[in-house]
Amino acid sequence: MKILVAVKRVIDYNVKIRVKPDNSDVDLTNVKMAMNPFCEIAVEEAVRLKERGVASEVVAVTVGPKAAQEQLRTALALGADRAIHINTSAETDEKVESLAVAKLLQKVVEEEQPQLVILGKQAIDTDNNQTGQMLAALTGLPQGTFASEVKVEGDKLQVTREIDGGLQTVALSLPAIVTTDLRLNEPRYAKLPDIMKAKKKPLATQTPAELGVEVASKVTLLKVESPAERQGGIKVGSVDELVEKLKNEAKVIS
Amino acid sequence: MPDYQAPLRDLRFVMDEMLDFPAHYARLPGGEEASPDVVNAILAEGARFTREVLLPLNQSGDREGCLLEGGEVKAPKGFKEAYRQYVEGGWPSLSAEPEFGGQGLPHSLGMVLSEMICATNLAWGMYPGLSHGAADALRHHGSDEQKASYLTKLVEGVWTGTMCLTEPHCGTDLGLIKTRAVPTGDGAYEISGTKIFISAGEHDLAENIVHLVLAKLPDAPEGSKGISLFVVPKFLPDADGNPGERNGVTCGSLEHKMGIHGNATCVMNFDAARGFLVGPPNKGLACMFTMMNVARIGVGIQGLGLMEASFQNALAYARDRLQMRALSGAREPAKPADPIIVHPDVRRMLLTQKAFAEGGRMLVMYTAKLVDLVEHDQDAAERERAEALLGLLTPVVKAFLTEVGFEATNEGVQVLGGHGFIREWGMEQFVRDARITRLYEGTTGVQALDLLGRKVLMSQGETLKLFTKEIHKFCQAKAGDPALKEFIEPLAKLNAEWGELTMEVGMKAMHDREEVGAASVDFLMYSGYVTLAYLWARAAKQAQRSLGGDEDAFYKAKLDTARFFYQRLLPRTRAHAQMIQAGAASLMTISAEDFGLGFEI
Ligand SMILES: Cc1cc2nc3c(=O)[nH]c(=O)nc-3n(C[C@H](O)[C@H](O)[C@H](O)COP(=O)(O)OP(=O)(O)OC[C@H]3O[C@@H](n4cnc5c(N)ncnc54)[C@H](O)[C@@H]3O)c2cc1C
Repeated sequence: MKILVAVKRVIDYNVKIRVKPDNSDVDLTNVKMAMNPFCEIAVEEAVRLKERGVASEVVAVTVGPKAAQEQLRTALALGADRAIHINTSAETDEKVESLAVAKLLQKVVEEEQPQLVILGKQAIDTDNNQTGQMLAALTGLPQGTFASEVKVEGDKLQVTREIDGGLQTVALSLPAIVTTDLRLNEPRYAKLPDIMKAKKKPLATQTPAELGVEVASKVTLLKVESPAERQGGIKVGSVDELVEKLKNEAKVIS
Repeated sequence: MPDYQAPLRDLRFVMDEMLDFPAHYARLPGGEEASPDVVNAILAEGARFTREVLLPLNQSGDREGCLLEGGEVKAPKGFKEAYRQYVEGGWPSLSAEPEFGGQGLPHSLGMVLSEMICATNLAWGMYPGLSHGAADALRHHGSDEQKASYLTKLVEGVWTGTMCLTEPHCGTDLGLIKTRAVPTGDGAYEISGTKIFISAGEHDLAENIVHLVLAKLPDAPEGSKGISLFVVPKFLPDADGNPGERNGVTCGSLEHKMGIHGNATCVMNFDAARGFLVGPPNKGLACMFTMMNVARIGVGIQGLGLMEASFQNALAYARDRLQMRALSGAREPAKPADPIIVHPDVRRMLLTQKAFAEGGRMLVMYTAKLVDLVEHDQDAAERERAEALLGLLTPVVKAFLTEVGFEATNEGVQVLGGHGFIREWGMEQFVRDARITRLYEGTTGVQALDLLGRKVLMSQGETLKLFTKEIHKFCQAKAGDPALKEFIEPLAKLNAEWGELTMEVGMKAMHDREEVGAASVDFLMYSGYVTLAYLWARAAKQAQRSLGGDEDAFYKAKLDTARFFYQRLLPRTRAHAQMIQAGAASLMTISAEDFGLGFEI
């Protein structure tokens, strides 16, 4: 079984986010970038399936600028066998919208014919949570989103999904699309020898033009703001005052 | 709890932009493995490992300490598991030869990683910390059989190493050691004696511990010329090379100490323990120096790591803590007070930390390049030059970076005010942990004697000249650049003065040897400041050249920090120069009795 894993280059989740002074976007100069944490979980799941003998090949794919090859190398160091970079540098330096990404991935799916595609449920930079779903629609494949457990049984895939207030288990026929939730697994650290070996694994490059996909943006980013700073608490003198404030200022009781 | 982000951008500045490591690696045999993308990937993963695995255990390890029970030592909770992950990740073997299970990457890369380890958890770092040196000593001086028995295990981190020098009555003066080695007739020796203060002498992280022990043969000459080096494993390797029979070396007790609580500092009792001679008889001290030179640079890196950690957390606090208004008027009128980073004195403290940490990183990486060259350069003349420079700079890295490391971590406490004194914030731990770095692997006093006595004066100043010539050339090349004048002029002056001061001390020392000891620590500190001034000038040159792009803010901050160093830290050379010139008289006149007239304890 061949597994395709999609990974995205995003701002490192450990890094404190700063908004540009003109509020046009998040400031990315001199900021450490890394693989989206949900994508790390996707890679880990694919590699585990391979280690268990369920999968025979893991292919990592990313859509992004030249520098996104770093994240592909990380995927290779973690155990992917080869990688595909869809280089969008010519079109845009950072942003490609979910729909364009899904269309590009659709082409890769058509070419590679994987039995399983694993994506993160969302990227921590845009929080869109839609690429996997869009890819499912475009390819006409069944989807199991927010996966917290994935089991392959013959030509069926059993996916346990994290839904509001509980779990839901679905069975999909393969080929299928899965998006990962936080509890699916705990990604490993790359081993030093594997980091070195990753350099020698094949990495192919394609462009959106070669795949015949238009990536021009249809959404304009108007403004980015930092979350409002937390206001300090206040001390109340009596229970009556507390009730009064909860009623009239916070309006949480009536 | 303190946080930490490995300074990856600054490392790129120092390694790629300032010191041209990509070209350096490309020239090293086997260096093609260390291409920039691989180096970046390794550093990023190292940053992640140290932050996510080691950092969370730093404070808990400090509180919990180690436990000795029935001769076995338990390291703090989580240490063993972290060590397992470290070994599985292949990190211990990063720079070792592939022949012995290593990855064959340059030593300098290992040094960058060790900065991250020291910044996140020094006490933990001291468990694997001496394995590298132990392996080096065996690789250079061990027999083929010893290499086969111990090297691969040490390199892969399956076993750890120690160095057993210190005894109750001697630390600095190893000529006094009493541990004995008696031949057993089958080529081995029975080692008996007591070693104290042995870092990681006993612990539960690895399946075996390989002690490198200094001891005396029965017919050994007196003093330091009669010391031999032995390898004494905790478990004697069996026929298959696995840990076999338990050897007669045990941990008698653990020290209770000021810092690095998570590291076991052991009294080690050798009771007719089976040991094997490493290198020629009575040449043990020379062999041990292979290990000690590596370890000394390692301790300098500990100073660097701790300053960086303290700086990052002091900075975060200073941006956050609101207290009083800026003298020139409110900066953040909407808030009840301004963040303390607006106050000049808080800035002085933060910049002191920043300038020492970033300058220290340049010094470590400059030295790291020399380490690579000494190990691998194909050209004998180049290698010799690198070796001389490395010898000169080793005591500076060790002592200067730990002295200013202690100062900088102390300033870190001060930035937090009273909260810095409270354990929970973790700032006082950096100070306590930094305190040992000025002591072990030879105190600052001993490093200073090594620098001034052995390295500088014994070579008739030739070794120093090698370095001052390089600085002189740099100054000459940049003399006409008005943008760099504020750095080059003072640097050129100091560089000339460095040689003059050395001559003066040398002349005085011909009449009175005490003059060397009297000048030594000031000479070392002076040397440290001038060395950092040279590197800060190079950083300024590089930053100047890169101005104007989208990383302008980064380069401007570099230049501003360089200015701070030149205007606010470099003037300390005036005091050190005066104290060097003051001579020995004021130190030596007062008699040991007169020191304490009026009391006796
Ligand atoms: C936590 C910890 C871990 C350690 N780990 C190890 C280890 O793993 N292996 C090991 O072998 N040792 C270890 N040590 C020992 C350490 O290296 C010694 O303590 C150190 O070298 C100083 O020796 P000493 O304590 O005997 O002090 P002394 O040698 O008695 O020195 C006392 C003072 O006199 C000064 N002094 C001595 N001689 C001179 C001189 N000629 N000129 C000027 N000043 C002089 C010293 O600078 C110092 O200030 C460790 C110590 C500690 C505290």
